[in-house]
Amino acid sequence: MTATETEQNVSTDVMVELRNVNKWYGDFHVLKNINLKVSKGERIIICGPSGCGKSTLIRCMNRLEEHQEGDIIVSGITLDDDLKHIDTVRRDIGMVFQQFNLFPHLTVMENCCLAPIWVQKKPRKEAEAIAMKYLERVQIADQADKFPGQLSGGQQQRVAIARSLCMNPSIMLFDEPTSALDPEMIKEVLDVMVDLAREGMTMLCVTHEMGFAKTVANRVLFMDAGEIIEENEPNEFFDNPQSDRTKLFLSQIL
Amino acid sequence: MAVLITTPSPSLSPPASSVGVVGWLKQNLFSSPVNSIFTLAGLYLLYSVLPPLISWAFFQADWVGTTKEACTSNGACWVFVGVRLNQFIFGFYPQSEYWRVVLAFSMFAGLIGWLLIDRTPKKGLVGAFTVFCYPIIAYYLFYGGAFGLPVVETYKWGGLMLTLILASTGMFFSFPIGIILALGRRSSMPIAKLISVIFIEFWRGIPLITVLFMSSVMLPMFIPENMQIDKLLRAIIGIILFQSAYMAEIVRGGLQAIPRGQLEAAEALGLSYWKSMGFIILPQALKLVIPGIVNTFIGLFKDTTLVLIIGLFDLLAVVQAAFADPKWLGFSVEGYVFVASVYWVSCFSMSRYSQHLEKKLHTGHAR
Repeated sequence: MTATETEQNVSTDVMVELRNVNKWYGDFHVLKNINLKVSKGERIIICGPSGCGKSTLIRCMNRLEEHQEGDIIVSGITLDDDLKHIDTVRRDIGMVFQQFNLFPHLTVMENCCLAPIWVQKKPRKEAEAIAMKYLERVQIADQADKFPGQLSGGQQQRVAIARSLCMNPSIMLFDEPTSALDPEMIKEVLDVMVDLAREGMTMLCVTHEMGFAKTVANRVLFMDAGEIIEENEPNEFFDNPQSDRTKLFLSQIL
Repeated sequence: MAVLITTPSPSLSPPASSVGVVGWLKQNLFSSPVNSIFTLAGLYLLYSVLPPLISWAFFQADWVGTTKEACTSNGACWVFVGVRLNQFIFGFYPQSEYWRVVLAFSMFAGLIGWLLIDRTPKKGLVGAFTVFCYPIIAYYLFYGGAFGLPVVETYKWGGLMLTLILASTGMFFSFPIGIILALGRRSSMPIAKLISVIFIEFWRGIPLITVLFMSSVMLPMFIPENMQIDKLLRAIIGIILFQSAYMAEIVRGGLQAIPRGQLEAAEALGLSYWKSMGFIILPQALKLVIPGIVNTFIGLFKDTTLVLIIGLFDLLAVVQAAFADPKWLGFSVEGYVFVASVYWVSCFSMSRYSQHLEKKLHTGHAR
């Protein structure tokens, strides 16, 4: 399947759309003419060598990074300098970071309740009930009163996923969610993500976990030097890569 | 040869020489010949200084009496301090109104105690009362002019009372102003940033004595006669502006120590700038810089003595003034020791509380 075919399949429920997006860090052209459409329920894996712009790409989608040219449209809202647009988009997009970024001065429960209470204005009781539901789902409810510093890396990342889910997002961004984990903890986080994918969450995931990619993804994007240079469904991508750079990359990580 | 351990080895207790009193002594005081010599020399120094000092200050001291003649022994004459104590505490505040000062400070001590001690209920309510209502109550108690309380002009204020008023208002206002300035300096808005930088660099660049001189001597020249501001108020404003510049730089240090990911996570959750700062960044940043904040508070507390150069009689100035009393000549040592003890106890308490606070707020290092 090529990029054009994907576009034809999707028409009405496009969740994220990028049109000719360009971004520079100073003189460094980090994103080059990116075009991408993500439709509802799609699970997209983005991979590529270090510094290729893959993290920058997904960080542009909730405006943690600003793009200079082109349009980014999330759930029908164009990301621009309007703070209202940014706020609305951020409420609809959950993000999970490589370094977890839990708030170390708050308990697990408070981490999960903070945004529902102060952004969505939910009553504390309701927010706690929702938090408990998601903490149970990531199987960490028994740690709700602990501080992040008392948990293992895998547990922290699962809390981070639960914290994002508490805002009831329709899109989830994962920025190398397992890269900072000890090997024996990667599976527990991936299991949660596989679960999420099965329930039909729209997901964009920067990762090098190729097993995970094969299990859940319906598209794999390969980026190099700020460009999406290859895009395919997972089995085709791994078994039959087209470009030399993809072949080189796959030979290095597999 | 391959290694195979089928049962885990038991954990043993550490060797006796490394634990307990003996272990501690050996590790800390007698770990090497040089260390042992220093330890013995130190002990000798303490032995030769402490007993005479304690004997002077306590055992041979005179405690009771009303005149110089009561001091007959070789030790300290605390009678001097005792007789003058009211003046040391209240300055020239009229004796009949002492109760107002006592009431105001008792309330303050009660409120602060309530807030500082763990496990007291309704901290939010009491905190709000302390921040919003107490300053107004304290103002009317100290100054009067309402509720049938006669006005006591600020030039009559003095002694420990004045020191505490200067220090606590200085801390109370410089802390929030410092936070705003620190946020301003790190802001992405050029104007807020510029104003903060200019403010901080200006006030940090001049000595406090200059600030006080400017406020008491220069400022009145530029302001019309009928708009003159009270001298004490001018000094307080000077101290606040001066200290908030220092506070701002300390808070900025804390802000810079928080990993960028914290703000990103808060933003990704949809929290606004002020909510991110208030709930996520500042609580962590301020916790990190508690030592620096308390350091500044202690510095501010002691710097209040500088107001004596503009003719305000703080604790030190009042005590020094008492040295000139012809009936009590020659007791400056007792006076200075008294002042030093008051300052030391206050500053040491702040230091201890800050250490307690750091421990209490510690929630584990790993992020």
